[in-house]
Amino acid sequence: MAEPLLDIRGLKTWFKTDDGMVRAVDGVSLSIDRGETLGVVGESGCGKTVTARSVLKLIDMPPGRFEAGQILWQGRDLIPLDETEMNKIRAREIAIIFQEPMTSLNPVYTVGDQIAEVIELHQKLSRKQAMVGAADMLKLVNIPNPERRVHDYPHQFSGGMRQRVMIAMALSCQPKLLIADEPTTALDVTIQAQILELMQEMKERFGMAIMLITHAMGVVAETTQRVVVMYAGKVVEEAPVGALFGDPRHPYTQGLIRSIPRVDRSAGRQARLESIPGTVPSLLDPPPGCRFAARCRYVMPACTQAIPPLKEVAPGHKVACIL
Amino acid sequence: MIPSLLGISLVLFTVLAMAPGDPFEELATNPAVPPEVRAALRAKFGLDDPVWTRYLHWLVAMIHGDWGFSFVSRMDVDKLILQRLPVTLIVIGSSQIIAMLVALPVGVLAATRPYSLFDQVANTLAFVGFSLPTFFTGLLFILVFSIQLDWLPFVYRANIDATGWQFYWEHIKQSIMPVMVLGLFQGASLVRFVRSSVLDVIKLDYVTTARSKGIGERKVITKHVVRNALIPVVTLVALQLPIVFGGAIVTEQIFRVPGIGSLLISSMLSNDTPVVMAVTFVIACLVVFFNLLADIIYGWLDPRISYR
Repeated sequence: MAEPLLDIRGLKTWFKTDDGMVRAVDGVSLSIDRGETLGVVGESGCGKTVTARSVLKLIDMPPGRFEAGQILWQGRDLIPLDETEMNKIRAREIAIIFQEPMTSLNPVYTVGDQIAEVIELHQKLSRKQAMVGAADMLKLVNIPNPERRVHDYPHQFSGGMRQRVMIAMALSCQPKLLIADEPTTALDVTIQAQILELMQEMKERFGMAIMLITHAMGVVAETTQRVVVMYAGKVVEEAPVGALFGDPRHPYTQGLIRSIPRVDRSAGRQARLESIPGTVPSLLDPPPGCRFAARCRYVMPACTQAIPPLKEVAPGHKVACIL
Repeated sequence: MIPSLLGISLVLFTVLAMAPGDPFEELATNPAVPPEVRAALRAKFGLDDPVWTRYLHWLVAMIHGDWGFSFVSRMDVDKLILQRLPVTLIVIGSSQIIAMLVALPVGVLAATRPYSLFDQVANTLAFVGFSLPTFFTGLLFILVFSIQLDWLPFVYRANIDATGWQFYWEHIKQSIMPVMVLGLFQGASLVRFVRSSVLDVIKLDYVTTARSKGIGERKVITKHVVRNALIPVVTLVALQLPIVFGGAIVTEQIFRVPGIGSLLISSMLSNDTPVVMAVTFVIACLVVFFNLLADIIYGWLDPRISYR
């Protein structure tokens, strides 16, 4: 098979704090092929966002630091690149949208200004042409009256509409990869579905790949082809979406799937929703061994000895568990 | 604006009326002036009327453009103030410009490199700058630049007998020290404020969005950070304006600048109530006016604030 679009190998993004080194991302490997949607799931604080921001090098350094690993973008490692080189890749080849549409847009410029800024920069167009392009992009993401709305400020848009603006901005240079960092978490459910649908539509239209970061398993099941499950800065399971839901191998993944509310089963018999006891461990000097051991229902002595490596149990299905 | 000015004038007038001191004290101690003359004079200027009638008199006169008559200088107060006001406005205006010119780049640079050597030096200097009162730095400047180095004159002269470029040069030369003393004092506290404001903004999501667009760091700062960071700075500048006027009064006294500050002090010393009243009122008007200006600048900086 051809080389993947994005290939992250053994990435370690650590943060230096007063209390010591926080290993937010600790040896993550994942890859995305052209036109694929990869889901990255896990609880809050497990390193999903840091992984996503590492790809575009949007991590503040210091305190952040790439301790090890490679981020291969079409075969070229992004880590040694300087800012000027990175700026040619940002937005033009890899675009990102964030969790909080309410705060992701600059309140003092019109949305048209902010979209046109990207177009102007990367497509070398005049301001006027870029503004026309911005209106076109707003139209594409189904914002009514785009020619008028380009002159509006972010506070004149609702949360869902702002996320549409963010998508329009991200797609304005037709990137090959869109990183969506929990794009629907801050929105209410009906809007969530609309935004996911919009992303799907845009993906088909532009043939780009999507790295969809979320903690909602339902979203993953609906939109992705392949899923990476992260826990405490590490990948614990990677599988095609069908295999992940049909045959989850890692106890953490099993727990995540069990914690999805299900209308068909809960009625009557067993109404209580299962949760995984405990919280994500501190990433500050984590204990040796499997990081999930403390919360795992199948824990055994060997689990606390060494970190289990990621091994392939079925084609395309990898698990980091000794079971 | 109008109601606040009315309130200010009422308070000022009442306080001044209650203050001890009498412009005719000199006449009272002078044995050559008979008491009847003194009483006649007091009656003529309405000094024995109750406060509220005097206030109404003053207000009506003020609306008609009559600012009163200085007991000491024997001339109209408005002429007296108009003579002095431009100097003060120039000194305060240029010191504010200097303060902004220093504080903006230094504060922004310090914030983009927090805890760097530049940041620490800037912070230390800023701390020293606003810890030292203007009357101290003023005297220090005089000592160094006028007495030791003999570069600049330490007394501000209104009547310079030169023409053309020489005239302007002399004016600039004698303005440098008062402007610098005031400007650096203001600038020092502004530096710290700009720095913390920029640090607050630089962490926000939309700055990360801007970075993810691939526009260079420089443009991220100048376009997306500075404008947002300026909004609270405008508030501070407007709020500090009364302090600036206070500082200007002291500085004018030190450098003998013939502005309204020194007019205020000399008229206070000679119990020249109409002048004191008018000068404080003018200062109050200026403060109110600049706050209005700050509100207008808000609207321009931040589209979320609308006046419609």
